[in-house]
Amino acid sequence: MDGMHDLGGKQGFGRVRYSLRAQTFHEPWEKRVNALYSLAVKLGIFNMDEYRHAIERMEPRHYLSASYYERSLTSLATLCVEKGILTQEELERRAQGAFPLALPSAPGRTNVATRETLKVGDKVTVKSHHVHGHVRMPGYIRGKSGVVVGVSPPYPFPDAHGHGIEAEHEPTYDVRFDARDLWSDAADPAFVHVGVFESYLERAK
Amino acid sequence: MPDQTHQHQATASVEARTDAIEAAFHERGMEPANFIREFKHLAEEEWVPENGARVVAKAWTDPAFRERLFANGREAVTELGLSMPPHHRHLVVLENTPNVHNVICCTLCSCTAFSIIGLPPDWYKDLEYRARVVRQSRTVLKEMGLDLPADMEIRVWDTTADTRYMVLPVRPEGTEGWSEEKLAGLVTKDAMIGVSRL
Ligand SMILES: [Fe+2]
Repeated sequence: MDGMHDLGGKQGFGRVRYSLRAQTFHEPWEKRVNALYSLAVKLGIFNMDEYRHAIERMEPRHYLSASYYERSLTSLATLCVEKGILTQEELERRAQGAFPLALPSAPGRTNVATRETLKVGDKVTVKSHHVHGHVRMPGYIRGKSGVVVGVSPPYPFPDAHGHGIEAEHEPTYDVRFDARDLWSDAADPAFVHVGVFESYLERAK
Repeated sequence: MPDQTHQHQATASVEARTDAIEAAFHERGMEPANFIREFKHLAEEEWVPENGARVVAKAWTDPAFRERLFANGREAVTELGLSMPPHHRHLVVLENTPNVHNVICCTLCSCTAFSIIGLPPDWYKDLEYRARVVRQSRTVLKEMGLDLPADMEIRVWDTTADTRYMVLPVRPEGTEGWSEEKLAGLVTKDAMIGVSRL
């Protein structure tokens, strides 16, 4: 989905709030949230693609205004409700207040039938796919061309895995793009590399 | 199905919402307290940048290890007693040189090789870094205190899949003959992310 989470290349953001030796956690509840969703994954209640997708499905105002760990918390609660482990009523009774969840999921998809094995050095183009459900193709590479510089072992296909659909595992290709091909002259010169699933790619014409 | 209609009451605090899930898990026999204790130990004691620093120092001093690290990072780090979670199936080590600078990010969420370089810092997961570093790499790095020479090639790596990346910094000059342990003391998490050079 072309969600609010797909931030790469979005303009208008200010300086990075950088500090030396920055912390990962700032409040005790944040570590508990991280632990609780890790426990749910360990117990097989949901997988990491479902977890990421439930964050992407947060209502955009909520996504942008929530802290990183509030997004984790929302995903965890949403999936536990959707999987029938808990109900929103129980959560709100226990929390003594509203417990906003993410919006419902659209259907996922399985592997793309027309995909081919690629190798380092191949010139490739990212297909112009618009996907309703979970997808790990950042919008800024859609329709763009680059060169394969690395090949991974096969991974679960996120577009299916994020929806509990059976699918073949696929390798990802580290594709090197020229930042000027992505954003013309409105970018700093650089090479931008993205790990792209096989289903998202075709040979450049 | 989440119900968006009954938002008549004020939203509970994040602490109260976390307590609610923990209590519900506890009631269902999922033993969240034990797991939270275990997780805190991992986050505070195990997933620390000192791991990656050892990898870097060994790569600086042992050319054969360096080659193995480039060939198969995930396997090579096990030589130092380190490991990665099962879903991190591939570790790609990115070599900085005097003319090439690598920097990693995750524009879609917050992915990192956390068991090696440590858990991601707050700013890595913020909207600003995720939105800007792919498009304005040189500008963002400069704002963060790393002013790269104009002829330095910048390579940004967006962690969109289950491959994990780490930057192998250039060994600082004047460290000839240093022990691996002393060298490891120079290596920071930020240098392995690529927002600083040593
Ligand atoms: Fe991520």
